[in-house]
Amino acid sequence: MDIEIRPEDQAFADEVREWLDSHLTGEFAAHRGVGGPDDSAAWDVRLRWEKELSAGGWLGLTWPPEYGGRGATLAQAIIFEYLYARAQAPYRVGVQGQDLFGPTLLMFGTPEQKARFLPKILAAEEFWGQGFSEPDAGSDLASVRTRATLDGGEWVLDGQKIWMTFGTSADWMYVLCRTDPGSSRHHGLSLLLVPARQPGVQIRPITNLLGEGEFCEVFFTGARTRADLVLGAPGDGWKVAMAALGVERGTLLMPQQLGFEREAEHVLELARGRSLSGGPSLGGPALGGLSHRLVDAWIAVRLMRVTALRTIGELVAGRAPGAQAATSKLYASIQHQRLLELATELLAEDMTVTGAGYALESLPRAFLLSRAETIYGGSSQIQRNIIGERVLGLPREPR
Amino acid sequence: MNFLFTDEQLELRAAVRGFLAGKSAEPAVRRLMATEAGYDPAVWQQLSDQLGLPGLAVPEEYEGAGFGYLELGVVFEEMGRALLCAPYLATVALAAEALLRCADEAARKDLLPGLATGRTIGTLALLEQAGRWDEAGVRTRAHRSGANGSGWVLDGSKRYVLDGHIADLIMVGARTPAGVALFAVDGSAPGLTRTAVPTLDQTRKQAHLEFAGTPARLIGDEADGWRVIRRVLDTAAILQAAEQAGGAARAAEMAAGYAGMRVQFGRPIGSFQAVKHMCADMLTEAEAARSAAYYGLWALAGDTGDVPLAASLAKVYCSSAFCRIAGDALQVHGGIGFTWEHPVHLYLKRAKGSEAMFGTPAYHRDLLAARLGLEA
Repeated sequence: MDIEIRPEDQAFADEVREWLDSHLTGEFAAHRGVGGPDDSAAWDVRLRWEKELSAGGWLGLTWPPEYGGRGATLAQAIIFEYLYARAQAPYRVGVQGQDLFGPTLLMFGTPEQKARFLPKILAAEEFWGQGFSEPDAGSDLASVRTRATLDGGEWVLDGQKIWMTFGTSADWMYVLCRTDPGSSRHHGLSLLLVPARQPGVQIRPITNLLGEGEFCEVFFTGARTRADLVLGAPGDGWKVAMAALGVERGTLLMPQQLGFEREAEHVLELARGRSLSGGPSLGGPALGGLSHRLVDAWIAVRLMRVTALRTIGELVAGRAPGAQAATSKLYASIQHQRLLELATELLAEDMTVTGAGYALESLPRAFLLSRAETIYGGSSQIQRNIIGERVLGLPREPR
Repeated sequence: MNFLFTDEQLELRAAVRGFLAGKSAEPAVRRLMATEAGYDPAVWQQLSDQLGLPGLAVPEEYEGAGFGYLELGVVFEEMGRALLCAPYLATVALAAEALLRCADEAARKDLLPGLATGRTIGTLALLEQAGRWDEAGVRTRAHRSGANGSGWVLDGSKRYVLDGHIADLIMVGARTPAGVALFAVDGSAPGLTRTAVPTLDQTRKQAHLEFAGTPARLIGDEADGWRVIRRVLDTAAILQAAEQAGGAARAAEMAAGYAGMRVQFGRPIGSFQAVKHMCADMLTEAEAARSAAYYGLWALAGDTGDVPLAASLAKVYCSSAFCRIAGDALQVHGGIGFTWEHPVHLYLKRAKGSEAMFGTPAYHRDLLAARLGLEA
């Protein structure tokens, strides 16, 4: 049960495999599987690896060659990401620019903006941060208050953003601002492209529950950016931001899946050890009540693979993705948490201690990290609203 | 593997859905579920003659259409949505599958064309008093008979036999001195007593069968029966999972449809998050159930070694999901959902009626735990 590599893509797949074989060596090979969407571990090594990928032309596969892309098909991009994840190459540090901002810029940017920014993303020279959420605008994004006004040839920004992933590494930010002072809700917003390294921008890491600082709060006090650095028309910020949040990330389905499967196997190994040794913490010689729950967790991971392959199949065939594409984030995030909750029960006493400096073993670390999955990218509650309203056609609640 | 139905398979889905919209609408379901036979012979003949559904996955040499399990899965999903009252599961997933999987070409030539064309209704009689779906549960005895010992007779009783009261051809698992063997018994055979049993899910009928010196035809080798039956149970579990996924999807749709129009507190109840989120969860689970069923169908179609695993997985997930979704759908309907008049209870009963069939979810979780090395 694997992704399909069509005959016309076979040569491409071989090229990917060969390149990974010959380049994922040395310190890069020593950092297999390191990093994640909100995990900055081994940043410097991963940055060097990203430059290696860039030199090999493996970033921005589907982007037009004029902007440094390879002009590859979606099917090829899916193959690349799959083989990349199977080889456990380090998680890319530039995903914010490559997978979120870049595609949005391709959709809404002017030729000048694209020429200015896209090649730098693919050269792993400029990194991007997403400035959407605010302390009082989380799930209710339309209540953003950060404002920007035109002063001569420049926008001047004042306000605060929060939860910017890898904010301290950002060179640029795309910031949702209220540019029409009298406006409310999703009217009068604009998406501005703002240089991060300037006096009016202050970036502070927020320590997360692992004791690490991957995401940041950002303060704008008279920060400035050029008047033409607005993505889409002024006032269209809501539309552009929604498109950014809705960027089709079918290429990331299988990499995420492979990660889940490795963890599931790890959890099963742990359970097998318990069932043989009869660890006293489980109250007897058997796994007791855990075995059926383990089966259910294993089933869920298997179903995520089928669901991912269904969506990939539809995307590659050029069909509109079915309802499973809309429900899969909700399903996967919850089931992933259940799997790791089981892991913590199996770890028993081992779960209750850490290494020096709050150093966490892989499963406890994954357990804590997984708590973010039902919050970021639209919380489970927002996901259910979206499914209810956009897929099932249920009426919105009064707002 | 991309789990993508072809354009032809999507056309088949549309054709079957259209047919069932006309022939298995709610009034028809209610009329048939109140009858003892439990199906409409005229509709059975139409779905056989016009659409060729009983023989869809039977090779052409046995008068079938020569398609495969993916097409069959599409049909089961649609029949599950429409709660079709017909002996399709018994005839196709049990009897025809047993003949396809046995090593008895003569029996296949004699018996399969009747099933494939819909002229013969078939079933499999396996379960006994103990309610066990494993080999040890088979206690019915087979004895050699006749002057030269060339024939066989059966003694024992079978319970919960799907459409056993109307089947023309009953495949029976029975114990010979060599092991569990598969037999074919004519529905009108002497020494066979059939008692229709009232069912919780009235859209699907059962019978208890008593065999007393009942003449039977040995199918294949005396010791080869359980191999065939095990495969039949896996196949039936997967095809029924597709049916369950279809029923679950339809129940979830009914709930969302009702939530969108039922007004309380001055607005549709589906605008309240408490209800909206239930509907979203139902759809999420229904889509996962589709994935579980498709996993099974593709395993069958590719005849991979994965079939037993995929069957248990599909069985566990789709049985449980259909029960939960049907229960939640009833909840969304409120008081009207508790009435006989409203159809949502028919889905809850179909879910419950199919949950234990071909092995309970707990039994299949045990099988999967053993496969995953999680035994104590």
